[in-house]
Amino acid sequence: MKLDADCQNTWCPGCGNFGILQALKQAVEVLNKKGIAPEDIVLTAGIGCHAKTIDYLNLNSFYGLHGRGIAVAQGVKIGNPKLKIIALAGDGDAYNEGISHLIHAAKRNIDIAVLIHNNRTFALTAGQFTATSPRGFKGVSSPQGSNEDSFNPLKLMLASKASFIARAYSAKSEHLRDLIVKAVEHQGFSFIDILQPCVSFFNTCQFYNQRVYEVEESDLTSEKRALEKIQEWEYDDKETCKIPLGLFYQIQRPVYEQGAVGSAVFRGRKKINFL
Amino acid sequence: MCDYSILIGGSAGQGSRKAGFIIGQLFLELGYRVFIYDDYQSLIKGGHNFSQIRVSNKEVLSHREKIDFLLALDKNTIDKHQGDLDKDGIIVYNGDKISLPPHFSKNGKTKIVGMPLMAIVQQAGGEGIMENIALIAGFAKIAGIDWLLLSRVLKREFKKWQDLNLKVAEAAFGSVSNLIKIEKGAEKKSLTLLTGNQAVSLGAVKAGLDSYFAYPMTPATGILHYLIQRQNDFNIKAVQMENEIAVVNAALGAAYAGARAMVGTSGGGFALMAEALSLSVQAETPVVIIESQRSGPATGVPTYTSQSDLLFVLSAGHGDIVKFVIAPGDAEQACFWTSKALNLAWQYQTPVVLLIDKEISESTFTFSPDILNRIKIEKFFTWDKKGKYQRYKDVNNGISPLAFPGTKGAVIKSTSYEHDEFGLGVEDEESVVKMQNKRLRKFEAMKREAERLPAVEVYGKKDSSKAVIVWGSTKGPVQEAAEELGFKVIQPVILQPFPEKQIKNALKGVEKTVLIETTATGQLAEVLNGYAIKIDKKILKYDGRPFSFDEIKDKLSRWR
Repeated sequence: MKLDADCQNTWCPGCGNFGILQALKQAVEVLNKKGIAPEDIVLTAGIGCHAKTIDYLNLNSFYGLHGRGIAVAQGVKIGNPKLKIIALAGDGDAYNEGISHLIHAAKRNIDIAVLIHNNRTFALTAGQFTATSPRGFKGVSSPQGSNEDSFNPLKLMLASKASFIARAYSAKSEHLRDLIVKAVEHQGFSFIDILQPCVSFFNTCQFYNQRVYEVEESDLTSEKRALEKIQEWEYDDKETCKIPLGLFYQIQRPVYEQGAVGSAVFRGRKKINFL
Repeated sequence: MCDYSILIGGSAGQGSRKAGFIIGQLFLELGYRVFIYDDYQSLIKGGHNFSQIRVSNKEVLSHREKIDFLLALDKNTIDKHQGDLDKDGIIVYNGDKISLPPHFSKNGKTKIVGMPLMAIVQQAGGEGIMENIALIAGFAKIAGIDWLLLSRVLKREFKKWQDLNLKVAEAAFGSVSNLIKIEKGAEKKSLTLLTGNQAVSLGAVKAGLDSYFAYPMTPATGILHYLIQRQNDFNIKAVQMENEIAVVNAALGAAYAGARAMVGTSGGGFALMAEALSLSVQAETPVVIIESQRSGPATGVPTYTSQSDLLFVLSAGHGDIVKFVIAPGDAEQACFWTSKALNLAWQYQTPVVLLIDKEISESTFTFSPDILNRIKIEKFFTWDKKGKYQRYKDVNNGISPLAFPGTKGAVIKSTSYEHDEFGLGVEDEESVVKMQNKRLRKFEAMKREAERLPAVEVYGKKDSSKAVIVWGSTKGPVQEAAEELGFKVIQPVILQPFPEKQIKNALKGVEKTVLIETTATGQLAEVLNGYAIKIDKKILKYDGRPFSFDEIKDKLSRWR
């Protein structure tokens, strides 16, 4: 079965999502070769431009409500722990509407991989500001410029005890591909914030190209080192910042419900003891 | 006729609920049918909690206001409830904490027995909380219940601190004299005591429940506790999530993966789940939602009861949707209909709301295990593995075959968007209409199913021209009273799709109707109105308390 679904692509030409889609497809192929069957992969998504990825791939998927894909993803994992879950989300989706689910999934250390298509705007609804839009962001709901600072989602994830924290860039597909494979293979909650320009409402292409650089972190278990990398850029539009990309933090800690009562469909009949 | 009402009360933290349950167990062993109403406040210590135990030789589904035995751990209990004491009633109280004046018994008939509970417990080397056991033991002696039975029940109820509790009980038992002799009851069947929440849980497990998701909310939380404690026994996964929206979306995810999933909440939590209810219909992913109503609106009176979410639940979920809404009236019905709800959810790939209330959830009912034998995991429509799998295949009855991720050769795409048969998003007129029509055909199949099921129960005098219409927990006291007074009682159990044929059949020959409901507005009347069924009178109660048997009897006899 081919990976591409028979569906017309409706992303704007030049959309960062094309790079993410390519990385995701390549990652799935690598995972297949490593022994993960395509039928055991489940994608979930929220609502936004990111989520259309689901229509473009011939993979099991649950296209959920805005902000709620990560909650669904956890339910899928609890329902059948044998499945490999990749939860796609947008910044508006995961950092605004559904932020409680993101935080608790990380805290729970449930074994899913979360990929945030972070274009720092609500693109599909024509360009409002989100949690990671910079102060002064001019959009349809902030014509005078947003009067809120962005927060730093990687810092939030570190505080939420995420056990795998990375940042990627949609224009660097191969780098992203490798991170996705690592994220799925990681035992526990994996988080990748993927910066992507939005050609229609927030074209950060040049801004990112001038500032991103790849890091190879040697001590992935050091929270202190991770925080240094994470704090290098606060999602603002400062001229003189540098934006590190790569895996900043990876630890092992108890995975939610690992080894607990097995998968649903295969549990068999129930005994009821009144006592 | 043997029918006793016992009230035991104290402040929160004094163990009146456990004590009430043990008294219930004593009477069950004696061969009585038991019903326990638990009244407690929204606090952890202090305030006033009480259990009202009703025992009888006939089936009882409500409490009685008139009390035969008033057992008081604190003075507040006597102050609040002495007015309900029967003229021949007996008060057994904590003599160490309460002093009653000598002229207390105004009519000279009320027997008052003060017991030095604190001293008894201390002498036996027990903890303060064991004053409740001492009080029960004293009551047992006074009522002529023998030590063998009492000790047997106590041994069963206490695995921890068993010896100490028995020591306290024995001392208390010996400290008072017997006053009356309660005869053995007539019940021969092997029965048990369960709350509605426990009955719901068992019904779900028997029907193949795999995972339960919940966020703590009174009065549904008991289900979460019960299932989490028994996860390994039942081979299920019970999960507490961060909020109700996570709960219901996770349940849908689990169902998508092939796990039978259920969630439980009350009105406020259900409100948060409304969007996902709509998702369940669009994605055609099964879920059972237990909505146990409490007194509202908003936070309302959290530990008290109401039926005022009816209209909200019936209309909940945006879009053109039809779902199953089922409202059982007691623990046995709740057990059976929860299992049915799970089976219907999977057969019709739909959300099913099981609408109960605090009165059902947290009252203790006499329960026959036979109900569980009537429950099984019913077949549902699955993919035959031929051709390309299409999650939303357009079939005649609207029910597409199910398959789950992990199935080789199948790509399963569930979605919240309007979609084509494969599950990809669509926006053109033809495709939108096609999928809406498929769902409409499914809704028609659901309506036919509702008419096939025993959607309406009828009790009392079946040929009476006067009918009392009830739903949910109010059917308990009404069933009892109406049977005595000679009315017909009509209890719709399935409220959506509305079983119009069965209700109209039940109303044949009925000239006058009265609706009895624990709401301020009589919400079912509005539903019946939509089917040209007129309600002549409403008897409503909205103080957060359930109707008692005597209250209903009094109000209905004035309606004659």
